[in-house]
Amino acid sequence: MNRTTQLPDRRTVRDRKGAATAAPPPPRTAPRRRPTSQQWAAWGFLAPVTLYLILFYAYPLYRNVDLSLRNYTVRSFVQGDAPFTGLENYLTVFDDPTFAPALMHTVVFTVVSLVFQYAIGLALAVFFTQHFRLSATLRALFLVPWLLPLIVSASTWSWMLNSDSGVVNAALHAVGIDAVNWLTSPSWSLTSVILANVWIGVPFNLVVLYSGLQSIPASLYEAAALDGANAWQRFWRITFPLLRPVSAITLLLGLVYTLKVFDIIWIMTKGGPADSSTTFATWSYQLGFGNLLPAFGPGAAVGNLLVVAALVFGLVYLRVQRKQYAS
Amino acid sequence: MTTATTTRPRPRPGRGRGRTTWWQTATGLALTAVMLFPVYWMLNVSFTRDQDMRKSPPDWFPVNGTLDGYRAVLDQQLPYLATSLVIGLGTVVLTVALAAPAGYALAKLRPRGGGVLSFLFLVAQMIPGIIMAMGFYAIYLSLGLLQSVPGLIVADSTLAVPFAVLIFTAFMSGIPGELLQAAKTDGAGPLRTFWSIVLPMSRNSIVTVSLFAFLWSWSDFIFASTLVNGGAHEPITLGIYQYIGNNNQEWNAIMATAVVASLPAAVILVLAQRYVAAGVTAGAVKD
Repeated sequence: MNRTTQLPDRRTVRDRKGAATAAPPPPRTAPRRRPTSQQWAAWGFLAPVTLYLILFYAYPLYRNVDLSLRNYTVRSFVQGDAPFTGLENYLTVFDDPTFAPALMHTVVFTVVSLVFQYAIGLALAVFFTQHFRLSATLRALFLVPWLLPLIVSASTWSWMLNSDSGVVNAALHAVGIDAVNWLTSPSWSLTSVILANVWIGVPFNLVVLYSGLQSIPASLYEAAALDGANAWQRFWRITFPLLRPVSAITLLLGLVYTLKVFDIIWIMTKGGPADSSTTFATWSYQLGFGNLLPAFGPGAAVGNLLVVAALVFGLVYLRVQRKQYAS
Repeated sequence: MTTATTTRPRPRPGRGRGRTTWWQTATGLALTAVMLFPVYWMLNVSFTRDQDMRKSPPDWFPVNGTLDGYRAVLDQQLPYLATSLVIGLGTVVLTVALAAPAGYALAKLRPRGGGVLSFLFLVAQMIPGIIMAMGFYAIYLSLGLLQSVPGLIVADSTLAVPFAVLIFTAFMSGIPGELLQAAKTDGAGPLRTFWSIVLPMSRNSIVTVSLFAFLWSWSDFIFASTLVNGGAHEPITLGIYQYIGNNNQEWNAIMATAVVASLPAAVILVLAQRYVAAGVTAGAVKD
């Protein structure tokens, strides 16, 4: 608030005059002429970012579609004369033995991550609404995993899950459970990257759901408590239904962002062993950059499938959000 | 804020309350400890001696601590850190320079087609990084911009610009119209109004945007690994990544680098936590 009051000090006399003239509604004649000049000004301010959007979003996206429709080799990639092959790259991708596992891993990774992130985030958000001593500080500390660079989190988890010297296996050993090859066994690698991803995603869910909980009127809980509802009933009858709009937003946004998770998986397992933790994001990178002989065409094709999925859910998200603003 | 106090009806204020909050604080501390254990473990390993690294069971505290890991950081990783700093600051400047005028125009000047533009920014945020990386790679290859710091700054800014435009638009919509009207009456053009009134008033949102832009470009791995891999100037994320690949024995050095790479996040959390929370709840953030 004091930000607004600071300003007049600087512009003393003229400002007072301006403020006085601003109080009555603006003169009738002005608006008719202003729109054109204001339009020019507006688009003047928007010109750099519009150019930026075209150059650095639209064009890379276009190049990517172009890549996926041509038969690129390293040589033709540099020279730019790759022959047009239509949807052949997509057919190659669909026929690839990696396609079905990659699709399944992407779905499992996304759904399981979301379920746990949301459930844990919500439980913590409800817990933190009871304002106890240190609650604000602890809530802030919960942000740490989300703020850390992904390479830091991923390499820390890699070492913690190391088969021979990792602290997780040491802890399991202490309670009499055999060592698990978290990152090196095909049956565990996907679980391991999901575990790390849940850890990274919980803070986001916590913060958004916590702010959603703030908007539920306290009087509802008081009334329910007077009617003898216990904590469990209050949660399921009041908190959960009233939080539904915020939950929908959180989950959809989480979905869009989880679909494109790449860093964690690539750093921890490189999608392996034997493609057991490959998702579309890592597969696309593997095809384009992971081998000595890059397959840019198929890589771009896989990437474009990912874009379509992300955009579909993204548009659903925007629709839901708009509907909520309207109501 | 305070309304949340009553989400759960408390026992009567007074003596009973002290006891309730006591066990709640204890539970909170325990949960935080579990959540932050990986961070603690990173610190612990960064101080562990090489010969203790593969001990079973591992030392839970760095009793025989060593600073060898940090010495290795000083010897080998400083150029990477400096590159990351330059790239981070460059990204901040570029992001604010592009997004602040756009936010002003979208919030206050009612441009025709502004709605479409805002929508495009929302959509742009959802494009997976790998797609952008591949597109940038193809373009930079033909422009000869691979392995260049400015190229990486531009690529990293795409992580933050859409978010920044949304934040600026939301914030600048709150600036009273009378103030801008008054400036206009005094003869200030749109540029002058923007520079002398809108920008100074938007200090908070500039801080929020700068923090996130810096943090995201500092943390970026996908653009770095595709666009500047093998170049003369590589950021710290690549430094760590190559460390893991080259010598997977010296985990104290790897974890010490990770600790140093986490410092910006720690500083931001301590000094600017309210800006972070503001950014997250603006609803348009990365995960």
